[in-house]
Parts: sequence; C-alpha cells; structure tokens
Amino acid sequence: MKNKPYSPIVGRIAALFLLMITATQGHAQGFAGLGTTADGFAVPERGRALDFPQDHGAHPDYRIEWWYLTATLTGDDGHDYGVQWTLFRSALQPGDRAGFASPQIWMGHAGLTTADNHFAAEKFGRGGTGQAGVTLDPFAAYIDDWHMRSRADAGADPYDRLDIRATGPDFAFDLDAQAQGPLVFHGDQGYSVKSFDGQASYYYSQPFYDISGTLHLPDGPVSVTGQGWLDREWSSQPLSDDQQGWDWFSFAFDDGHRMMGFQLRGAQVFTAGTWITPDGAATPLPAGALQFTPLGTERVAGRDVPVRWRVDWPDGGVSVTTEPLNPQAWMDLSVGYWEGPLRFSGSHTGRGYLEMTGY
Amino acid sequence: MTRAALQALLSHWVRSPFQLAMLLAGLALATALWSGVQALNTEARTAYATAESLLGGGNAARLTAPAGQIPESEFARLRRAGWDVSPVVEGRMAMGQTRVTVLGIEPLTAPAGGTSEELVAPDVTDFLAGLGFAHPQTLDEIGPRALDLRPSQAVPVGTVLMDIAQAQALLDKVGFITHLTLAPVQRDGLTPLATLAPDLRLTPPEDGADLAGLTDSFHLNLTAFGLLAFAVGLFIVHSAVGLAFEQRRTMFRTLRALGVPLRHLALLLAAELALFAVLAGVAGLALGYLMAASLLPDVAATLRGLYGAPVPGALQFNPAWAAAGMAMTLAGTALAGAQALWQLWRLPVLAPAQPRAWAHAGMRSLRLQGGVAVVLAITAVILAQTGGGLVTGFALLAAALLAAALIMPLVLAGALALGQALARGPVAQWFWADSRQNLPRLSLALMALLLALATNIGVGTMVSSFRTTFIGWLDLRLVAEVTVTPRTPSEASALQDFLQDHADAVLPTQRMDARLAGQPGQIYAMKDHATFRDSWPLLDAVPQVWDRLAAGEGVLINEQLFRRAGLRPGTAMLDLPELGGVPVLGVYPDYGNPRAQAIIGQDLFRATWPETPISQFALRSETPQALIAVIQDEFGLPSGQITDQAQAKALSMSIFERTFMITGALNVLTLSIAGIALFAALVTLSGMRLVQLAPLWALGLTTRRLAALELARALVLAGLTLLFALPVGLMLAQILLAVINVQAFGWRLPLQLFPADWARLALWAGLAVLAAAVPPAYRLWRYGPNQLLRVFAHEK
Repeated sequence: MKNKPYSPIVGRIAALFLLMITATQGHAQGFAGLGTTADGFAVPERGRALDFPQDHGAHPDYRIEWWYLTATLTGDDGHDYGVQWTLFRSALQPGDRAGFASPQIWMGHAGLTTADNHFAAEKFGRGGTGQAGVTLDPFAAYIDDWHMRSRADAGADPYDRLDIRATGPDFAFDLDAQAQGPLVFHGDQGYSVKSFDGQASYYYSQPFYDISGTLHLPDGPVSVTGQGWLDREWSSQPLSDDQQGWDWFSFAFDDGHRMMGFQLRGAQVFTAGTWITPDGAATPLPAGALQFTPLGTERVAGRDVPVRWRVDWPDGGVSVTTEPLNPQAWMDLSVGYWEGPLRFSGSHTGRGYLEMTGY
Repeated sequence: MTRAALQALLSHWVRSPFQLAMLLAGLALATALWSGVQALNTEARTAYATAESLLGGGNAARLTAPAGQIPESEFARLRRAGWDVSPVVEGRMAMGQTRVTVLGIEPLTAPAGGTSEELVAPDVTDFLAGLGFAHPQTLDEIGPRALDLRPSQAVPVGTVLMDIAQAQALLDKVGFITHLTLAPVQRDGLTPLATLAPDLRLTPPEDGADLAGLTDSFHLNLTAFGLLAFAVGLFIVHSAVGLAFEQRRTMFRTLRALGVPLRHLALLLAAELALFAVLAGVAGLALGYLMAASLLPDVAATLRGLYGAPVPGALQFNPAWAAAGMAMTLAGTALAGAQALWQLWRLPVLAPAQPRAWAHAGMRSLRLQGGVAVVLAITAVILAQTGGGLVTGFALLAAALLAAALIMPLVLAGALALGQALARGPVAQWFWADSRQNLPRLSLALMALLLALATNIGVGTMVSSFRTTFIGWLDLRLVAEVTVTPRTPSEASALQDFLQDHADAVLPTQRMDARLAGQPGQIYAMKDHATFRDSWPLLDAVPQVWDRLAAGEGVLINEQLFRRAGLRPGTAMLDLPELGGVPVLGVYPDYGNPRAQAIIGQDLFRATWPETPISQFALRSETPQALIAVIQDEFGLPSGQITDQAQAKALSMSIFERTFMITGALNVLTLSIAGIALFAALVTLSGMRLVQLAPLWALGLTTRRLAALELARALVLAGLTLLFALPVGLMLAQILLAVINVQAFGWRLPLQLFPADWARLALWAGLAVLAAAVPPAYRLWRYGPNQLLRVFAHEK
C-alpha cells in the first residue's frame, strides 16, 4: 500500500480518537451520581434500555462513538478478502451546534485486505455543515463521499439492510449487507464494562450480515460475497489510566455461532466477551472467562505485533488458534493500528476479524 | 621580513589616520547603503513568502462565487461529491486599535503543506475552540483584546488566523464562506465542477496574491538605488586607496630594494586591503541594518498601501543577507584597489620616488573617457528607441548616467578653458590654468558629485511631478463626501434602501474579479451620474463617452491596462467574461493600483452579473458628518466601515508620501557620500599641492589669499558640476517618468519643472562642498613660513 505523509493536523485530531487506547482526561466515573464527566459529557448507566431506532443515530452528549463494520469476503476469483468501514465521532464538547461551530469531529476509516496487500484510507470533517455525520430517517452514516446507508424496507430496523461505500486513493468498495439475525447486546443489555474500575460503554452489534458487492483494486474489480459484523459503541471514558491498548476478536463459526471477545491490556488484563447462538441469543462472558495467548509476533510497520493467537474459553469448550489472511494488515493512517481478517481452527473452525491497538 | 614589511606598510596609516578613516568610512557607507537596501528587499520578500505559504503555498486553486460569498452548504455538497475542497472565510474588520484581515480556515480539510498546518497542529483542539494566531506586531497594534490570540511570525502582518467558525461569527458571515481552496490532487472520475457547481468560478493558482510578482518593480527600484549608492561609495575607496598608494611609492621602492619580492609585497597590500574591507564591512553591515530598520516601517507602509502586501515593520536579522553584504564589500574593495595593485605590479624597482598624480596621463585618458561616454550615449539612445521591459529601462538609465559622468570632465575642461581665455591678470589666469591642471585629480570625486546631484534632481522632479498630478487626480476621484462599506449582502440592501432617503446621491460600487486581456483584474459598475460625468478624470476618450458608457455600448479601462495591452479608445475591443468583445471608450488614470481595471455601465453590469453584491457606497451629501452619525446610529457600523472624504484623501496622501520618503532618505545619503568623496579628493590634493603653492607664496600671495582661491575653485567646480547635473537630472527624470514608471507601475506622468527645488539643492550642495573644502583650505591658511620654505629645501 501507498505510504503517504499525513498532515500534522490530522494526526492531532486523530489523537482525539485515541481516547479509547490512552485514557487521559478526567475521570470516567459518574460525577456523584449525576451521570456526567467533569467536563459535562454523559456517561453510560447500567440498566438504561437502548431505544431504537434513536440509538442507531449519534449521541453527541457522549465523548466518543463509532459505527464499525468488518466483513470477511471471498471473491469470484476464489481469494479471501477483508473489508473494514468505520465512522468515528469525537466530541470536543457535549451537544451539537449548527454549521462550523459544531464541536463534533468525525473521522472515517476504510481498509481492504488481500493476502498480499493492505489498503487503508481516512477522512476527517466536522459536524454541522453536512460534510459528515449520521442521519436517522433515513439512516445514513457518512463522511464526504463515503457512506453506510440504510436500504431496509419501511418499518423494518434500519440496520436490516445497508449499502456501504468507500474510496481511497488506490482502492474502493461497494457492498450490500443484509442482516440474517437480530441485534445482539453485549454485557448487561448493552452496558459493557471495560475495566476493573468500572469504566463502561454502550455496546451492541449486528453480527449476522450476508454481504455481496464489488471491490475495486488496482488490478480491476472483483465480485465478492461473505459475512459482515457491525459494531455500535459509544461512551465518554471507557478506559482506565493504565490501559495501553486492546485486542478485539469477532468470530463467525462455521456452525453458525458467533463470538465476540476482547482483552484490555494494562496493569491487569481485563477480558470480556459474548457468546452468540445462531438465533441471536447472547451470553456475556465475564472478566477472566476468556484467555488470549499470543503465538509469536511479526514485524509490522516497525513494531512487533502478535498477529497469531490462541483464544480459549474453557467453560464453553472453545480453544482455537487464529491465522491472519495478511500479517501486514496495518492501518497506516494518522492513528496506526492492526486490523484484518483471519481464519481459525482447533476446537472450532471459521472466519473472523482481529483488531489490535496500542502496539 | 614579512613582519618588518607589514610594519612599514601599516605605519603609513598610523601617520595618516585621517586617510584611514576616509577609506574605512567610504567602504562602510557603501556597504551600509547597499546592504541596507538588500535588507529591506529580503525582509519584504520573506513576508510575501510567509503570506503565500500560510495556506499551502500558491499551488492551490480557488473556487469563488461572483456574488462574493458562497453558502457553506456548497462546501458540504462538493465534499459529498468527492471533491477535496476546504473552506476559507476572509474579511477585514476593526479589532482593538486597528483593522485586521481575519482569515478563518478549516484545519480538518485544509490542503496539506501550508505553514498554518505546522502552526495549528500542536494546539488543534484549542484552535477549534477559539485560539487564534497573529504576528507579534499585529498583536501590538490590536492592543488589549478579548480574543485568545497567540503571537507567531508565520502569520503575515495585519492578518489574524483563526478557526472558520469563529471567523464567521466575527465577520458576521455565519453560514457563508469566501472561497474554497481546491487540493492539487483530486480523485479520478468525479463529476466535473462545471456540472456540479456551475455558479462557482475556478481561479487557477497563479492568479492568487502573487505579491512577489506585483512588487518586483518596487524592489528593482530600491536595488538600483542601492547599487548607485554603492558605486558612489566605491569612488571614495578608489581615491583613498590610490592616494595611499601614491604616498607609499617611496616605501615600496625601499622595500623592494631591501629584497622584499614583488609577489610578496603585492600579497601584503592585498591582505591589508582585505583587512580594511572586513573591518569596514562589519561596520557597514551594522549601519546598513540600522538604516534598514529605521526605513522599514515606511517601506512596509508603502508596500501595504500600494500592493496590499503584508510586511512587518520590524527587521529580522538574516545571516545570508550579512554574508552577501560582506561579499559585495570585498568585491567592491577588490575593484577599487585593482588599479593600485596593478600599478604596483608594473612598478620598476628603481622608479622615481616622486609622488606622481595617477591621472597624469591627462588629456589622453580624458579623450578615452570621452570615447567611452559617446559609446554609452549611443547605447542609451538605441535602448530608448527599442526599449521594452523594466530591466531595459534601468540599463538605459545606467548607460545615460554613466555617459554623462564620463563626459563631464571634458565639459568641465572646456568650461575652465573658456574661463582661462576670459581671465585678466596673472592671478586669475593662474587660477584657471591651475584648476584645469588639477581637474583630472578631482574628476572622480566630481563625477560622484554629479551622480548624486543628478539623482537628486531626477528623483525629486519625478516625485514632485507625481505629487502634483496625484493631488489633482485625487481631488477628482474622491468627490463623494462619504463612503460606506457594508459587512454583508443583506446589510448592503438595507443600506441601499435607507440611504436613498438620507443622502443627496447614492453611488453603489459593484465589482467582480476577471481576467482582462490575460491579466488578473477587476470589472467595476458605474452609475450614470453627474458626479462622474463632471469630474471623473479621463486621459483619452471617444466623443459622448458618458452617454455611450451609460447605454452599455462600451468599457472604460485604466491606464495600466491601456498601456500593457495597447487598447486604444475608439478602435480596440476588450474581451469581458459573458459579454465577449466590448469597444474601449476611454482611458482613465488609476494611480496606485497595480492591477488592470475596467468600468462598464451599471445597467449592463447588473444585467450580466445580477448576483454581485454591492461592496461599497459612495455618498454625496451637504452635511457629511451628520450623515455619518445617522448611518452609525441606524446600522451600528464600526468606524472603519465609514470614511469621509478628508480621511480617504489623507490616507491616500500618507501612502504616497511614505512611498517617496524612502527615495528622499536615499537621496540625502547619496549626497553625503558624494560630499565625503569630494572631501577626500580635496584633502588628497592639498597634501600634494603644497609644492605648487609654495612658489606663489614666495611670489607674494598670502596663505590667506591662497586659501580663499582654493575655496573659490572648489565652489566653481561644484557650481559647474551642478549646472551640468541639471540637464542630466532632467534627463533622468524623463527616463523615470516615461520609461521606468510606465514599465514598473503602468502609468505615465507629465514632466513638470520645480526650480525652487533646484535652488534648495544648490544650497545643500554648496554647503556640502564648503564642508568638504574648508578644512584643507584652513590648513593651507595656517601653514607657517617654515613649512612652505621646506618645499624649496627639499628641492622638490
């Protein structure tokens, strides 16, 4: 992939989005029960029921939020591919205002992984002008000419069918995603704890997409089909001060089950996950239930990154080792991280996605 | 041996400290003037580069709207279509004690590579939250302020850089942007802009604020002045070095006879010169820096007023500038000392030890000079006939001036010969003959004086001609008693309605940017009104020009456009956007405007570009102060948005005065250098003339009489030089007005004569000459009989 120099401004702005991996500002705990951080952002509360379709949209009173789609695909050429489409939101202040005065900053990331190549692109913009944002009716998350738009029938959940598009300097994709199952809520009905200190976010997913579409690569277009997973998460202060980064996995088992698992690396490793049956029933996996063991590292973008893992859930009889499609799947953007598709084998087989930050 | 030789050589300077001072002063002054001018140019050019690099250099094209502003929704629409554009809001406003240009950028989408990027990056969240940047000088000018502004040299003077949201609020432009910058690289396969946004106009990168190009002529002017001063300074060095050489001839012979090799001696002398050059160079650089620092505020004001170029009033030290100045000093010293070293090289070991005037070849060298002068004069004539371009103009100027300087000794010789022919009595005849004989030794200094005087007369004539014409023109152009600048289009329409009832006449200004005959320029709309018919100055026009303009039958163009494109009223056509070829009806003078300009009738303008907002109102009123008060009450306009005629005139005149204050200062400096050169030459001469004067004293002339005669001769020579300088100066003025100004600024002014200025100059020149001639004459007067008698004892 092309290594283009990123502007320092974009780098600094991107750093805002790093709040997830380097906690710095304020304290996440609710302020004497008022449910806000010191600078006025709302914080998630256990027991609040998510409300749709409103909660598909943006939550400007929370500091950060994302719409995050990953897809494991197979081309009509028989090759494996992976695609990532993300829209991040980061607020300088809670709330929103019209025009350029809006404190809402948006960042788009798109990635496309092949066995021997990895493409990445990013976009920046601020809310208020119509350059970037999320609309509810009809649902659309967009930045510049990238979008994730609902094509669901009237009355259906807007996420039931999405059309996703992004373009980079040397790649593009157009995908059609149709949900084959219900939304899945992580943690306690979508209240997902992120540390032993109790930091939490709202977190739900649509892990059952069937996807078809076209990838535009330097050598020409490729028709693809496969499966997709959409994550929705928002919070104001999800990490503890000592947490340096995380490893996040999504697994689509060949038998129709799904599993999400992550570990937050810090003074103590905090793990959590969700076991999802083919019909969408979710079981939260409490801290310590999942074990993540790196199986050697690879030199990626000048750092040592553990691209192969063994993931164990002893209580559920799951023990799999992962193999990335492309070990060099580094998102070489103003904020760098590893994100790419994988296949796994062991007690179960299937395909999945891995995201690693903080290396 | 080297040490002994060096000691001997340097002992000369210990014995003649005055000569040493002269040499050093000449070199230092030459360096000061040259490097001072270069410092000014460097500072200004750095400022232009700052201004241009702020937003990613000059390589970003712009999208603008004929209406002046673009709804911000257009930005989002283009981004959503895939175009990499970034919004900019720009406007003038009063801030604290001054007026500034507020520049609002959107850092998230701004094209990469601008210095604003480096500036904003470390504090981008603060920037988005309202942090701004301005040049330290601008911050001083603003004074106490409510905004969070941080000093930065990267921002041009007079500009405040901030986030677009804050800029929109301050400029009352919420929801609008001034222009969009287009990133140099765009994705393939996008819907063309012409389809997507047909109302927006694409301005290619080079049409932007090309300050370096615009101001080139101004800087060339300064450079030419600096070079002239440098040359005059070198005259001093040349005569001081020559004198020292003459006086040390005996020493050279002795040293050679004692066994110092010629090579060695030449090397020592060269090293000695180099040492002086370095010493004087350092002093000169310091002086030049001081001079530039004191002139910079005026230069900056000129550049700002004339071209809108932001130049700070405080000078930065630049090592490259110092190195270049020092190199120039060394090269100049080498040039000035070359002749002396060459003579040393050819000096036989047993050459006569008598001091010999170097220009003693006399008439032969005068004739040679005359020949060169004639060749130069012919060159000048050819250049004048064929000339085009500013550099040719300066070449013409240089050739003409040099020709005049070289021919002057011949002219003076002729005048002195005439004087001799008319002289009665032995003393008078001796006076003229002696003057003729000493002419070659003084001719270099007199040439320097001629150059200084001619420059004074020429530049003074140009400035005065300009001032007279300019004041008359201003009176005609600024007829409206009050001008009001609305802040937004909605305020403009509100003002229009309001003013109909309050002013005697409302003359709205509408304008748009356009390429005129291939140059960046502007088209203005002119209302058909008696104000313009009665007083708008025209240089040339077809009959019934005002009726035809009002009927939309043609266009008026400014003198700059007329001269550059050669568009003659009555026959030429000018291509205008949307309208095609339009007949040129007239030409008007437009002093102070560097760009091309055209005027069409208001009806035609409004029919062609109906969206264009009114940028200004010119108002006629019997009671301007009352009108201003009423407008301020009704609209709350800051004082900067309303100006009365007197204020506008004062502003224009101050810009004008400052423009020529620099030339004035350089004039004074050149004249003082010429005075010093003359002083050096006279002192040199007085040492040698003792031999010539002692016999006259012996014949019965008192030293007092002799001293008076010496003074008289200096004044006669200076007077003759001044007489000769007059036509040379007028020729210079003519070249400046008819060639250089036309090339540099695009306007031509009538030559006017100002004899009172000449009288003043004659007085100053007389004082300078007296100051130069009195000390040597006084020394002569004070010579005792023993000193004069010693001349005979030495059998010289």
